[in-house]
Amino acid sequence: MKSLSEIDTTSKRASRAVGFSWGVAEEIGKNIRLLELFGLEGIKTLNQYYKLRKNQKFENVNLINENNHSEKYPFCPITLGLNFLDQIRGIEKFEKIIFNNVSYPLLILPFLSRSSEVIGKKIKLKFNDIAFLLNLNVNIRSNLSNQSFPEFAKKVEINFLENKDNFSQQEWESLYKLSEETFVDETDSLKQNAAGAGLTDND
Amino acid sequence: MQIQLRDPNKIMKLSRLGSFHQSKLSFLRSFLDEFKDWDYKNDLFDLDKNGYGTAVYSFRKKERIYSLVCFANKINDDERSDRVIATKWDAAFTLHDGPPSKKDIERLRNEVPKQEVGRLSYKELTLSRANRSVRVFNYVVDSLSKGSQPDLDILEKVGYLYRTTAVYGSGKFGLADRFRIKNREEINGPFRLEMMLVYLVRQFTFDQVNHVAKNKNPKSAVKLDPKICKKLGIGNSTGLGMAPFIVNHPTLLNNWILSREIALKKIREIKKVNLNEIKIFKKCLKNSIKIISSWNTDSEYQKNKINSLFKNIQKFLKFIEEEFDFEIDFPLNEVYLWVEKNTCEECIEYVVSMMLEPFDNITKPLVNGMSSDEDEYFTIPTNRTVKDLRNIIEKRYPDILKINFEKKENFKNFWFISKNKEEPRYADRFDEEGSELEQPLAIARDVKKLYDQLLVSKNSLTIDKFLIANNDLRHVIRRAFIIEKFPYSEIQDNTIGEKVIPIDMLRLKLSFFGALKFDPRSDKWLRICMFQGAPLPNDLKNFDHHWVYNY
Repeated sequence: MKSLSEIDTTSKRASRAVGFSWGVAEEIGKNIRLLELFGLEGIKTLNQYYKLRKNQKFENVNLINENNHSEKYPFCPITLGLNFLDQIRGIEKFEKIIFNNVSYPLLILPFLSRSSEVIGKKIKLKFNDIAFLLNLNVNIRSNLSNQSFPEFAKKVEINFLENKDNFSQQEWESLYKLSEETFVDETDSLKQNAAGAGLTDND
Repeated sequence: MQIQLRDPNKIMKLSRLGSFHQSKLSFLRSFLDEFKDWDYKNDLFDLDKNGYGTAVYSFRKKERIYSLVCFANKINDDERSDRVIATKWDAAFTLHDGPPSKKDIERLRNEVPKQEVGRLSYKELTLSRANRSVRVFNYVVDSLSKGSQPDLDILEKVGYLYRTTAVYGSGKFGLADRFRIKNREEINGPFRLEMMLVYLVRQFTFDQVNHVAKNKNPKSAVKLDPKICKKLGIGNSTGLGMAPFIVNHPTLLNNWILSREIALKKIREIKKVNLNEIKIFKKCLKNSIKIISSWNTDSEYQKNKINSLFKNIQKFLKFIEEEFDFEIDFPLNEVYLWVEKNTCEECIEYVVSMMLEPFDNITKPLVNGMSSDEDEYFTIPTNRTVKDLRNIIEKRYPDILKINFEKKENFKNFWFISKNKEEPRYADRFDEEGSELEQPLAIARDVKKLYDQLLVSKNSLTIDKFLIANNDLRHVIRRAFIIEKFPYSEIQDNTIGEKVIPIDMLRLKLSFFGALKFDPRSDKWLRICMFQGAPLPNDLKNFDHHWVYNY
């Protein structure tokens, strides 16, 4: 099973490799870690999005308004989420914010979760038939936001789930390969000099 | 008397950080203090006559058990390399959470010796490997098997039987993430479990050498005298992998340095120092001379530092013995001021470490503050303004703003991750390829770039708006808001300049680990010794807390 630390690092490097700045890549690393921690498909979704980015254009939303439309291309969920987080104190005055045409909306979720912590208010996110309640970055509820918990349950089933990845090995390898694009292939000269290596150490 | 904390702009310079020494706040010493009343046990020792096989050691308290699982393997001399390029080691280790089952041991036997290419699980906490100091190990085996103890002079020159070449933790290669265990009281201090691993490995090396000697000559072999064992530590060979850590963990770095600075400040503020405290200070100082005189290195750079330290310490000893009166008010403040004025950086920091020795009441409470919840300070306060950010940079990075990054010598090098071993490396950007994949470790250069951008931006502009056009500087914007709260979080030097000595960064971290006898093998890697003089596991219940100087 991949540790959250590995998930963070690989997501960060892969994000740098697709062209985000290191500072933004750091945010993405933390976010994917958060999604996986909450049991959501962070690695898988990021992977899919980065594959799509190679061939498709996305719109960057910069200043966020109550209604944000992108006619030509879908919004990039990373820049949308990032600017949402950055501008949260200014936009919390809006009762509702609409984004039209967003790619991979799951990737916005951790930005919103962190925004919820910044302003100390819960944030509700709805797309398609799915609803999330983001609770001060402490937990995330899904599709239960309008319902109260029942007072009585006829049957309660509890399962302990083994620690296992939320993504396939193939999905991991795909993102990992991307992350390797931030590494430098070592020439003989770099091998000799860049790490200060002694090749054998019998003393 | 109110003493100010020392100026970060002075203390956080690389030459000063590269002069730091171990102290009472060092992690291996606080580890021993924390685990002194735990039960130690050798649970399994299944080695063949040549010393190859499996062993398990544990520390236990109530329901909590930490187990070191050791795998000793045969390797050829030409396969023995301390560097990260190695793929085989004399022994490999992991610290397992709880008692390992047979199934766990079988699983670990397949994975642990592979190190970076193996996979560990959330049940494992740290991972390491080590190589024998072949000359010393074989010499000790020979001596013991003939029924005699080895010559201490020969042993002390090296100081250990084995040296580790990496110690991994916190989620690397599938190891448990820190968050899984962070609420355990006993590890509420940095690198506790890494220290535990190294400490137990040290015991394994003694048990293995005894075992091999016994098998070589069952009739006349003797065991290595525990007094000699105590004089041996564990070596460590460290390359650049450590350097980016202190840049990538700014709040943690701050908390390490700040604890030391607070301790020094409080000690300087003591009006009257009692006789016992003076006695401890002087005793540790005098005894420590043998650490300096037995500090061997081939590095001219380090030799000069050691010579200078030795001369300055002699001068200081003469001063406190012949001229100084400890009965004056605030004597340790006067001591500090004298050292700062009359000695070199290496000596100043050496004496600072010594000053901490008598004051457990001051140092102990600071140990728990040396960890950090880094996520708490990750989110940028984007409601702040350009003016705020500019003021922070002017206040916190004064010397960095003076560096001219137009000059080639000031951006000569770059940090990168090697594709072959996924380890940090450092190279000349004008001679080597790959600088376009530079890691974000050139903080000084990027802070200067940020500052220049802030100078042409509107004062009242909030950071959320500034970021829209300047997300390439996001990593240093985050750091600037961190340093506002954590003044010791940043190296106040250029880490990519022509004159940078990367081992200064390694030395800083290793001093907090508690390492002794820094032995640079180049400007990029060095060897050190840990736990030399430390009590053995069976003696932990009652040990001398100044063991570093008194063994």
